[in-house]
Amino acid sequence: MAYDKFNVVTSTAYPLPIENVDTDQIIPARFLKATARVDFDKNFFRDWRYHPDGTPKADFPLNKEVYKGSKILVGGRNFGSGSSREHAAWSVYDFGLRCVISSAFADIFKGNCLNVGVLPVQVTGVFADKLLDAIMADPKTEIKVDLPNQTVTLVATGESQPFDINSYKKDNMLNGFDDIDYLKNIENEIAAFAETRPF
Amino acid sequence: MAKTLFDKVWDSHVVRSVKDGPDVFFIDRHFIHEVTSPVAFLGIESRGNTVVYPERTFATADHNTPTINQHLPVADPLSANQLNALENNAKKHGISHWGLGDKNNGIVHVVGPENGITLPGATIVCGDSHTSTHGAFGAIAFGIGTSEVEMVLSTQCIMQPKPKSLRINVNGTLGLGVTPKDVALYIISKLSTSGATGYFAEYAGNVFTEMSMEGRMTVCNLSIEMGARGGMIAPDEKTYEYLKGRSQTPKGAAWDKAMKYWETLYTEEDAAFDAEINFDAAAIEPMITYGTNPGMGMGVTQSIPTAANAEGGAATYKKSLGYMSFNEGEAMIGKPIDFVFLGSCTNGRIEDFRAFCSIVAGRQKADNVTAWLVPGSHKVVDQIKAEGLDKIIESAGFVLREPGCSACLAMNDDKIPAGKLSVSTSNRNFEGRQGPGSRTLLASPLVAAASAVEGVVTDPRTLLAS
Ligand code: SF4
Repeated sequence: MAYDKFNVVTSTAYPLPIENVDTDQIIPARFLKATARVDFDKNFFRDWRYHPDGTPKADFPLNKEVYKGSKILVGGRNFGSGSSREHAAWSVYDFGLRCVISSAFADIFKGNCLNVGVLPVQVTGVFADKLLDAIMADPKTEIKVDLPNQTVTLVATGESQPFDINSYKKDNMLNGFDDIDYLKNIENEIAAFAETRPF
Repeated sequence: MAKTLFDKVWDSHVVRSVKDGPDVFFIDRHFIHEVTSPVAFLGIESRGNTVVYPERTFATADHNTPTINQHLPVADPLSANQLNALENNAKKHGISHWGLGDKNNGIVHVVGPENGITLPGATIVCGDSHTSTHGAFGAIAFGIGTSEVEMVLSTQCIMQPKPKSLRINVNGTLGLGVTPKDVALYIISKLSTSGATGYFAEYAGNVFTEMSMEGRMTVCNLSIEMGARGGMIAPDEKTYEYLKGRSQTPKGAAWDKAMKYWETLYTEEDAAFDAEINFDAAAIEPMITYGTNPGMGMGVTQSIPTAANAEGGAATYKKSLGYMSFNEGEAMIGKPIDFVFLGSCTNGRIEDFRAFCSIVAGRQKADNVTAWLVPGSHKVVDQIKAEGLDKIIESAGFVLREPGCSACLAMNDDKIPAGKLSVSTSNRNFEGRQGPGSRTLLASPLVAAASAVEGVVTDPRTLLAS
């Protein structure tokens, strides 16, 4: 599905200082029953956001009014582990987030994010903690994620760190392209390759 | 340059490498199921694409299926809708489909190998992270997201950077009651759930060469739980023996030709890995987890570590123990349990049912335990019956259910109720994984069986010895 181009995002950010957040928490399995991409924003972190009776948990950061509308989430280490469900990345995007910052991501989740228009930004543990401390101390704190220059900056202090992304994926994100566009363009080359496979 | 097994298989599937980007990676075999494929088919339609090689994709219904009364219409309308979508999409695009009740139906990672779809040297993907299971045959197999499912359907390729390589050697003799599941949980407890992120693992050493194909599948299955994209084991006589004559394996001259290729699939002497790690088989005990990720595991006789020693920070650790209602320093042995789940793509094969029966034979299920015994496929059910294991199961007070993923992810009705404690042979103990509020202890079929008859967490060695 097409996603909006990503260039520079400057925004406040939700803090989620928990390690090993797995995709079963991001979107529990019982909400994977749809056959279309609907309602994933509603069930984003469902069991951490809501009590079993459906009332919101007031102290969960994603429910706090002060952070509402943020386009960035800063998470703990090993964010997105577990299940390969792309629904987790959809729910991040559909909730209105464009970027997740962490000191380490699980591989499949990271790949899924890049495929659906969410930028996973990996920074050092020290810098991630600094960002978390800043946004928890003052929820109005803004973070600037600059994809063309591959930097993430704490706007108030100007402290900045570069991040990695390969130039192919970067180009996709800047232009809203995806891999299928690329692969369809080299269809004949793939067909010739398929001929050579033994099984 | 000397090549690893992984290099050989990976490099032979690269259509082209994108400069400063991923490889265009050709996929030989693609499994789909009802949960992660519907949106991929919507994508194909909205772009006006087709399925380019339908004969390379195989559909089976498993994640959402009931495990009792499969002959009746599926009661949950949302599940039924997904199952219908899978069937209709398969039909429309000429993909083989093993729906509910089909004799080939079962959990995708159980039926793939069983039917000889999984082959050494193949590349295999599925929208399910435990696709790593198929690495047991010397295949490169890993889980993908729905966008990639669409990519494979419409182009037979995905775009992936080549992961780094890791070799895990386990040598020595495994002790009494120590199963492949324990070997895997032990490795994960040492590496943590993110210890192998960015890597693709090869398992080597006498412990794996001596292991059955079922055991190798259990180990490779759990590769993802240490963060690795997948894990593989070099094919050998056991692999060929297992595959020979299965419905989809090459036959006759095609088999001989395949064998020639398969015999080249090993890591060369001087090949270098990006990382290598060694374990001593004798140090491994029957394992159990106590927290909310598979890395939080220990020998079943040990006590829960204190937060001071916790990997991943004390706050996260305390949150996890809080969810489990456990305390630092507590023993797991003797804790009363409510449920036992035998099944999943990790431990739902014939060998797992044999192991379970080796303990429950002549004993009785404890009254406080609800047990769900869910074979991985209809073929496993048939084998259970052929070996008379169903009789042992019944006389011990257990009931055999019908195949499916079941309580592994609790998308169907098999949900562990909130607060209840379950000893499960599946692969994830995440918060709510087996139902909202459920508490999961991951363990082997032997630990599950011993705990099921005693009603408390039990060291299976105490029952095996007596
Ligand atoms: S049994 Fe569990 S892990 Fe295996 S395929 Fe089914 S849901 Fe996934």
